[in-house]
Amino acid sequence: METILGIDYPTWWFLVIGGLFSGYAILDGFDFGAGAWHLFFKKELNRRIALNAVGPVWDGNEVWLVIGGGALFAGFPVMYATLFSSLYIPFMLFLIFIIFRAISIEFRGKEEMLWWRRLWDVSYSISSIMLAFLLGVVLGNVLQGFAIGENYQYTGSGFFEFLNPYAIMTGVTTLALFMAHGAIYLLLKTEGAMFDQLTNLLQKGMIFFMVSFAITTLYTLLYIPHLSDDFKSAPILFAVPVLTFLSIANVPRLASKKNYKLAFFFSSLTISLLLVLVAVELYPNLLFSTVDPKYSLDVYEAASSERSLGIMLLFVAIGGPLVLGYTFFVYRTFRGKVKLDDHSY
Amino acid sequence: MDVELLARIQFAFTVAFHYIYPPLSIGIGLLMVVFESLYVRTKKEDYHILAKFWTKIFALTFGIGVVTGIVMEFEFGTNWATYSRYVGDVFGSALAAEGIFAFALESGFLGVLLFGWNRVKPWVHLVSTIGVFLGSMFSAIWIVVANSWQQTPAGYHIVGEGMQARAEITDFWAMVFNPSSVERIWHVWLGAFLAGVFLILSVHAYYILRGRYVSISKKAFKITLIIATITSLAQLVAGHASAEVVAEHQPAKLAALEGHYDESAAADMYLFGWVDQEKQEVTGLAIPGGLSFLLDQDFEAPVTGLNAFPADERPSQVNAVFQFYHLMVAIGMFLIALTLYASFLLWKKKLFTKKWLLWVFVFTALLPQIANQVGWFSAEMGRQPWVVYGLLRTNEAFSQAVTANQVLFSLILFFAVYALLFLLFVYLLNKKIKHGPYEEANDEDDDRPLTKEISEVVTG
Ligand code: HDD
Ligand code: HEM
Ligand code: HEM
Repeated sequence: METILGIDYPTWWFLVIGGLFSGYAILDGFDFGAGAWHLFFKKELNRRIALNAVGPVWDGNEVWLVIGGGALFAGFPVMYATLFSSLYIPFMLFLIFIIFRAISIEFRGKEEMLWWRRLWDVSYSISSIMLAFLLGVVLGNVLQGFAIGENYQYTGSGFFEFLNPYAIMTGVTTLALFMAHGAIYLLLKTEGAMFDQLTNLLQKGMIFFMVSFAITTLYTLLYIPHLSDDFKSAPILFAVPVLTFLSIANVPRLASKKNYKLAFFFSSLTISLLLVLVAVELYPNLLFSTVDPKYSLDVYEAASSERSLGIMLLFVAIGGPLVLGYTFFVYRTFRGKVKLDDHSY
Repeated sequence: MDVELLARIQFAFTVAFHYIYPPLSIGIGLLMVVFESLYVRTKKEDYHILAKFWTKIFALTFGIGVVTGIVMEFEFGTNWATYSRYVGDVFGSALAAEGIFAFALESGFLGVLLFGWNRVKPWVHLVSTIGVFLGSMFSAIWIVVANSWQQTPAGYHIVGEGMQARAEITDFWAMVFNPSSVERIWHVWLGAFLAGVFLILSVHAYYILRGRYVSISKKAFKITLIIATITSLAQLVAGHASAEVVAEHQPAKLAALEGHYDESAAADMYLFGWVDQEKQEVTGLAIPGGLSFLLDQDFEAPVTGLNAFPADERPSQVNAVFQFYHLMVAIGMFLIALTLYASFLLWKKKLFTKKWLLWVFVFTALLPQIANQVGWFSAEMGRQPWVVYGLLRTNEAFSQAVTANQVLFSLILFFAVYALLFLLFVYLLNKKIKHGPYEEANDEDDDRPLTKEISEVVTG
C-alpha cells in the first residue's frame, strides 16, 4: 500500500475529511449558534446587527459542508452511500432547514412589514437550532452505530429510529456547544447594550453546554463500550480528552477576563478537539454495525482506489491553501464590529 | 408507487428546479463583469448603476441556486446509494474538484461582491466579481464532466461483482475529457449565458416600453443584444457538435431524438412531428435524408435506428425525447432569428421604435429557460434505461435501504418548500424590477431609517 510519511492513503483521507468537518463545524457552528440566539434580541436594530454579523460569511462557511460532502463521496463512497441512505429522514430534514435558514437571511430585509420580518426571524432561529441539533443527532448515530446488514444495507426499521436517546443527547450537546460558540462570535461583532446582553447570554450558554456535555460523556462511558476500545489499546490517546477538557475550561476563564478573541480561538479549538476525540473513537472504523461487527465499515473497505485518493490528495494540496486564502480575504474585509449600510440585510 | 419511481421523480424535480437558477447566475454574472469592467475603464456612473442593479438580482438567483444545489449533492447518497457506491471513485472526484476549485472561489468572493461596494477599491471589487463569475463557470465544468462520464464513460475499469461491483479510475484525464464532455460544456455554458442575457434584455426592454430609466436601459440593451446575438449563433454550432458526439457514442439516443426506428436506413430530419411508438412511425414535416446529410454529408447514408437495439437497451419514452429535443432546437432557431433581426435594426438605428419587437423581447426571457430544461430532459431520458451508459441500469441504482414512505415524505416536503421558494423568487424579482436600478435617495447614511412601525418594535 502506498504511503506518505508512513501513513496510508485511506488514513490520510480520513484526516482530510476530519479537517474539513471540523472547519465546517467551527464556521457554520457560530452561524448556527448566532441564529439560535436570534429571538433573544428584541430590537429590530439588534436583530439586523446579528444577521449582518453572519451576512457576508455564511455562504462561504457552508461551502465547507459542500466540500466535505464531496470529499466523503469521492474518498469513501461506500460510507457516503450507506450513511446517507440509512439516515434518510434526518438528512432530508437537514436539507430543508438549510434552505429555510438561507432564505430567511436572504429575504427578511426585503420587506418593511412587521409580520414579514417577524416571520423570517422565527424561521431563521428555528432552522438554526434544528440544524445544530440534527448535526448532533447524526453524530450520535454514527458513534453509537446502527443496523447495517449485508451489502451495506440498512436493516433497521421505523421512520424515527434515528431519534434515539443517545442521539438526542448528542444533538442537544451540539446545540449548546454552538450556542456558546456563536455568542462569543457575536461578542466580537457588537457593541453597547447588545454586547452587555450577550455577555449574559454567553454565561447561560456555557452552563447549558457543561451540563449536557457531562451527561453525554457519562452515558458514552457507561453504555457505548466500543468507543473506548482504542483508548485501552493506546493509553497515550488519553491526552486528547484531557486537552479537550483544558480547552473547554479555558473558554469561561478568558471570557471573564474579557479576552473574547482568545476565547473564540479556544471555543474553536474545543470543537476541533471534540471531533478529534470522535475520530480517535471511531478509527479505523467509519460506521459500526449493531447487527454484527463483521458488517462494520472501516476506512479501507469504504475507500476509493489508491489512484483516485492520490489524485484527490493532490487536489487538496493545491486547493486547500486557496480555500484558506479566500476565507482569510473575506474575514479580513469584514473584520471588526458590524456596520450597517445600504447593502446590508 | 415503488421506491425507484419516487426516487426518479424526486431527482428530476429537484434537479430541474435547481437548474432554473445556476444558468441565470452564470449569465447575469457575465454581464456584471462586462458592466463593471466598463465602469472601471470609463468611470461612467451609468455602468456602475447597471452593475449594482444586476448584482442585486444575481444575489437572489445565486442564493436559491446554492440551497437547491446542496440538496442535489446529498441526494446521490440518500436516494441513489447503489449508484453512489458504484461510481464514487470516478464521479466523486469530479464533485470534490467542483467543491474545492469552484464553489470555494465563488463563495469566497461572494461576500465582497455583495457587501463590499463601499469597503474595497473599485478594482478589488471587480476582481471579486470576476472571481465569482469564474467560480460559477468552473462549477459548470465539473458537474458536466461528471454527468458526461455517465453518458460516455471513459478512463475507468470495473472491479468486483454483483452488489460489490464498482468503477475505478484508471486514467484521470481520460475520465475528465471523456468523449462528450468538451462539446457538452460549451453547450451548457452558452445555454446559461442565454438564460441570463435574455432576462436582462427582457427587463430593459420593459423599462423602455414603460418610459422608465430609458437612457440607461438603451445602453444596457445594446451591449447585451450584441452578446446575445453572438451567443445564439454559437449555440447552434455547439449543439450540432453535441449531436455528432451523440451519433457516435450513443446511437440509441440519437435515433430517439429523431424517432428513427429502421435498423439501417437513411434518416430524415423533422422540423416538428409526433412519434407513434406502437406503429414506430413519425408524422410531421421533415427534410428527407436530413439527418443522414448532417452526419455524413450524404442524403442517402444509413443511420442506425432504434430497432437495432434490444428492447431493454433503448429508451422507452421515444416521443417525449423527440418532443423535448425538437422544442429546444426550435427555440435555438428562434433566438437566432430574433437577435439577428434586432441587431440589423440596431445598426439601422430603428430598434427602439419597434414597440412590438420590444414586447417580444420582454417575453423571450422564458425561452432559454425552457430550452435548458428540455435539453436536459432529452439528454437524460435519451440515456435511459442506463444510469451509467452501458454499465449500470437505473432500476438497479437506487437506495435499497430506503422505503417508499420515506421518499414520499421527502418528495412532498420538497414540493411544498420549492413551491414556496418559487413564489418568493417571482415576487421578489418583480419587486426589484419595479424598484428599478437607482437606489434610494438616502444612499449615504449608514443606518437607513426604518418605517416607524418597525423601529419601535420591542417585543416580549
Ligand atoms: C452530474 C449529474 C447530473 C446532472 C448535472 C444532471 N443529471 Fe439528470 N440525472 C442524473 C444525473 C445528473 C442521474 C443521477 O444519473 C439520474 C438519476 C436517475 C437516472 O437515471 O439518472 C438523472 C435522471 C434525470 C431525470 C430522470 C430521467 C428518467 O428517469 O427518465 C431527469 C428528468 C433529469 N435527470 C433531468 C436533469 C436535468 C433537468 C438536469 C439539469 C441540471 C440534469 N438532469 C442534470
Ligand atoms: C445533479 C447535478 C448537480 C449537483 C449535485 C449540483 C450541486 C450543487 C451544489 C452543492 C451547489 C451549492 C454550492 C454552494 O454552496 O456554493 C450548487 C450551486 C450551483 N450549481 Fe449546481 N449542481 C448540479 C447541477 C448543476 C449544473 C448542471 C450546473 C451548471 C451548468 C450547476 C451550476 C451551479 C452553480 C453556478 C451554482 C452556484 C449557485 C448559483 O450560481 O446559483 N449545477 N450546485
Ligand atoms: C440551436 C440548435 C440546438 C441544437 C442542434 C442542440 C443540440 C443538442 C443536443 C444534440 C443535445 C444532447 C446532447 C447529449 O445528450 O449529450 C443537447 C442538449 C442540451 N441543450 Fe441543446 N441544442 C440547440 C439549442 C439549445 C439552446 C438554445 C439551449 C438553451 C438555451 C440548449 C440547451 C441544452 C441543454 C441544457 C442540454 C443538456 C445538456 C447537454 O446534454 O449538453 N440547446 N442539445
